[in-house]
Amino acid sequence: MSLVLLIEQILNGLQFGVMLFLMAAGLTLIFGVMGLINLAHGSFYMIGAFAAAATAAATGSFLLALAASLVAAAVAGAIVEMTVIRRLYNRDHLDQVLATFALILIFSEGTRWLFGSFPLFLEIPEYLSGPISLPFGIQYPQYRLAIIAVGLLVAAGLFALIARTSIGIQIRAGESDREMIAALGVDISKLYTFVFALGAALAGFAGALIGAIQSVQVGMGEPVLILAFVVIVIGGIGSIKGALLGALLVGLTDTLAGFLLPAAFGLIMEPSAAASVGSSLASMSIYVLMAGVLLFRPTGLFGSS
Amino acid sequence: MRNETILNACVLLGLLAVPLWALRVDEPFIITLATKAVIFAIAGVGLNFALGLGGLVSLGHAAFFGIGGYSMGILASHAQSYTSLMDWPLVIDGTNSMPLIWLFAVLISSLFALVIGALSLRTSGVYFIMITLAFGQMLFFFMISWPAYGGEDGLVIYVRNGFPGLNTLDPIQFFGICFALLCIVLFVVSRIAKSSFGLALGGARQNEERMQAVGMVPYRLYLIAFTISGAITGLSGALFADLNRFVSPTMFSWQMSGEIMIFIILGGTGRLFGPVVGAAVFILLEYLLGGLSEFWHVYLGAILLGVVLFARGGLIELIVGREVAHD
Repeated sequence: MSLVLLIEQILNGLQFGVMLFLMAAGLTLIFGVMGLINLAHGSFYMIGAFAAAATAAATGSFLLALAASLVAAAVAGAIVEMTVIRRLYNRDHLDQVLATFALILIFSEGTRWLFGSFPLFLEIPEYLSGPISLPFGIQYPQYRLAIIAVGLLVAAGLFALIARTSIGIQIRAGESDREMIAALGVDISKLYTFVFALGAALAGFAGALIGAIQSVQVGMGEPVLILAFVVIVIGGIGSIKGALLGALLVGLTDTLAGFLLPAAFGLIMEPSAAASVGSSLASMSIYVLMAGVLLFRPTGLFGSS
Repeated sequence: MRNETILNACVLLGLLAVPLWALRVDEPFIITLATKAVIFAIAGVGLNFALGLGGLVSLGHAAFFGIGGYSMGILASHAQSYTSLMDWPLVIDGTNSMPLIWLFAVLISSLFALVIGALSLRTSGVYFIMITLAFGQMLFFFMISWPAYGGEDGLVIYVRNGFPGLNTLDPIQFFGICFALLCIVLFVVSRIAKSSFGLALGGARQNEERMQAVGMVPYRLYLIAFTISGAITGLSGALFADLNRFVSPTMFSWQMSGEIMIFIILGGTGRLFGPVVGAAVFILLEYLLGGLSEFWHVYLGAILLGVVLFARGGLIELIVGREVAHD
């Protein structure tokens, strides 16, 4: 095991973590502000990826594809909020889980109906393809590095939005006392639609970014959705800071466990057994991490009970 | 007799009548569908014990469904290959006997439910939903990457396991076994719900502080409920595996957990027969809509959404109106 390989894996973990943050930020905002569990968040990820792939195929422009993913996911989010989600705010979590599970079925099959069952492909733009040379002789894909940079920029923008702008103040106020800010003249239903569309747009953006690395297909949102839930549970539901920390923790744990565990078992077992035991433990590692965190902090790292 | 009791009786009779009719007109496929509905109903009754009676929204019950399934798969595959499952500290051989497999499935799934419940119940609300989901995923990924029993491809069992005195390969006889088990499970669950334990559990669901004040320990009540719930769902997993003669990690998938939850909501949360009605309607919808369109999940989603938004007590409430839940 060389240092170069380890650093590459750490970068992969960061890239994965940043992408998870884009998903988790929306989930945690929506839960924090509206108290709503949204299982259909993964559908926005998928919608973003499909919108990007379709736009790129039509126009050939990657930037237009990214823009399309933002718009499509935000519009889908706003429509869903106004037609369905709105009726669920005062319901218990069980109803929310079920209704948004139903939305997944509708979105997934709807997308299959529109685009067919075969995966689409989104090409990495030429100016970002190929590796870049980093110190210590590391060659790392430019595109993945760009995802890390863009993700961190979006995270910074989100923190600024919440901390500095008047919408951010309204969002934070909405988290603590929605009657009060409604009484102060804030149009709470518009605010909720905005937050929901913002969360959806971030998820769609993540889908488009990842769509260029993996294939774009129906059902691509669900595995990521579950990981995003793990992230916000580790970070503490409702906390953006927790989502960022949780996402990086999960991203690094997943990538490094997949890399280190088979090697570690290789020291005490035969290679083939070590590879299978190592990889099965690695795929469980983030759930073990989550269970571990919750055992010590039942409401996550930054959660309040 | 209350309307709901009449409805419940009709549901049981209907579940029994459909396969008997199918036997007469020689439609084994319908019998298999009915068997599937009955098995799913058992899974739903299991989850409903935690969810309806105890208010524990577990999104990880596919874990127990899958454990039940693999209990069958592992025991039967060892019996098939004449190898022992374990040599040390005691010898455990594979088996083809359904009752033994059920016993094993119930024991192992309640053991897992005890451990998962003990850890998960430290949290509550959304965190509980998410941690149960995470445990389910943990087992899902473990099963996928564990090559000994087929990994991602699952395990095929060539011959359905046996039950003394019956020919389980005959669809109607296997249906009879599953139906009898559903009746037993319903009877046991209704007795437990009426017992002092069931009442205390219901009390804890409604007001934890008050239960604590009268000297109950809600954590303990919840844990027992979660364990019983896991055991019942595990039993249904073993039956489901025997129905298909196949187990695969998809039994552990979170979509499976979602489906088990759908049975309950569709029928009516907290009602003894809620999951039975829900599972039957689900199978019926799957069959009818599946014939109607390749994209039947869209319609299923729309119907489900309609039920959650506009028929909050589920189908039973829609038919008989609001009555006291789970009694």
